[in-house]
Amino acid sequence: MPNHHIVQAFDAELETLDALIAQMGFMAQKQQEKALNCFLAHDKEAAKKVRDDDEKLDACERHINAHATQIFARRQPVAADLRTVVASFKIAGDLERIGDHAKNMAKRTKRVGDIPILAEVSGSLRKISRLVETMISDVIKAFTSRDAGLALAVLDQDEAVDLLHKCLISDLLSHMKTDTASIAAGTEILFAVKNIERIGDHATNIAEQVYYIVTGRQADEGDGAA
Amino acid sequence: MVNPMNLQSHSPMPTGITGFPIAAGASTEVAQNIRITAKDVSVSYGDLRALKSIDLDIAENRVTALIGPSGCGKSTFLRCINRMNDLIPSCQVSGEIKLSGHDIYGPEVDVEVLRRHVGMVFQKPNPFPKTIYDNVAYGPRIHGLAGSKGELDAIVEKSLKRAGLFDEVKDRLDRLGTSLSGGQQQRLCIARAIAIEPEVILMDEPCSALDPIATAKIEELIDELKQRYTIVIVTHSMQQAARVSDYTAYFHLGELVERGDTNRIFTSPQHAKTEAYISGRIG
Ligand SMILES: Nc1ncnc2c1ncn2[C@@H]1O[C@H](COP(=O)(O)OP(=O)(O)OP(=O)(O)O)[C@@H](O)[C@H]1O
Ligand SMILES: [Mg+2]
Repeated sequence: MPNHHIVQAFDAELETLDALIAQMGFMAQKQQEKALNCFLAHDKEAAKKVRDDDEKLDACERHINAHATQIFARRQPVAADLRTVVASFKIAGDLERIGDHAKNMAKRTKRVGDIPILAEVSGSLRKISRLVETMISDVIKAFTSRDAGLALAVLDQDEAVDLLHKCLISDLLSHMKTDTASIAAGTEILFAVKNIERIGDHATNIAEQVYYIVTGRQADEGDGAA
Repeated sequence: MVNPMNLQSHSPMPTGITGFPIAAGASTEVAQNIRITAKDVSVSYGDLRALKSIDLDIAENRVTALIGPSGCGKSTFLRCINRMNDLIPSCQVSGEIKLSGHDIYGPEVDVEVLRRHVGMVFQKPNPFPKTIYDNVAYGPRIHGLAGSKGELDAIVEKSLKRAGLFDEVKDRLDRLGTSLSGGQQQRLCIARAIAIEPEVILMDEPCSALDPIATAKIEELIDELKQRYTIVIVTHSMQQAARVSDYTAYFHLGELVERGDTNRIFTSPQHAKTEAYISGRIG
């Protein structure tokens, strides 16, 4: 299929939409990376910055929604264009939620000190965070390159996140059982793990949207063309 | 009373076919009765092949939209359904078209009777230079559908009502049809088409000369008319096809590229050519 619309301004508008989503995705991924770092390093300054920067992600979402709404009004998109514009609202929404979870994790920084329980799980925390950060960057790559295979790969990655999440929770619980003084901090870490796991879910949602944009089918519908 | 299934001026015909699903396997496409079946229909104008082996089923009491670039053969296909192409000397039609199970190109078919069953509305409103009343009464008169003046009055009123025009013209039925606005004239032409109780109404870009309000009225009307009639509409407006039709067929250079549930065609077309056309890409 030819890539260019007869009306070139329409192409430009869709390219802008792609760029806005790519930019927001990059920002969301950075927010999570920073949230994890300040959480592990007890860096309250950096944590405050993560919290403040969340407003930028919210602004991105508003910008994407406004731009997509204008495309509807002006172009009445159909087919893949329609799927892209509809999905962009949802993708922006998921990225905004990813930002919220990163912000929440950063907020917990001040309630978790330099304590043994954190040191115990920091390796696993890092690992699960890297996993979801990769999911975000991969799913944005899948979006900008319209790569349904990569979107499916991101869906598969979520299982690894869930597995690691379960292990982390059970590790944390056994720590808290043996060292009851760690319960307060342990609970904060537990919530932080939950934040990261939720980020994986949002990346998964985006992967489903990307798959739909590219193929016109839902990811769980399989290959059976109508 | 003439059997509505009867395309011949004499001898009764069996009843129409029922129960054929349109596209087995596609879950959104509910099985419909088929009113018109086109099989291997090819049309040429002299050396020019305007349609190449078209297979297309038209569902009963549904709106089927024919879309495609200028010159792809939409109007040609439409004219096959009421044999208007017979009037074009260079035009050669082959293949088979069945209306309610009967071959409309069969040797015993009376074309005038066929056209009673398959009405047509054109791009430019074309009322006769007669009164509003006579425009609508014309068909019923020549086909002898009314036994008395009272019956004819009733047919005219009913048709104008179904076309959503009666209230606007009821006090001036003796005025010229051509004195109406474009949108009213088009609804008058629709009233004229339905006055003879056709089974099928063919519409060739019926709104292209109308403003958005007149267009909306025709679209609203199409929605109502499909309860009684089977409608095939040619339109250049993708949005109109998406709004009014149940099924969409995409033609390209005389070929039927894709047909299917309108919702699917406009969200997930299967064929790259369809996608390029409906989304306004350079093809
Ligand atoms: N009466 C005719 N004599 C000769 N060629 C014709 C005639 N009518 C149509 N054609 C040719 O047949 C082909 C199909 O024409 P047709 O009018 O069916 O296209 P269409 O899809 O309705 O186009 P448009 O959207 O412009 O109305 C074109 O190449 C056209 O030039
Ligand atoms: Mg035409």
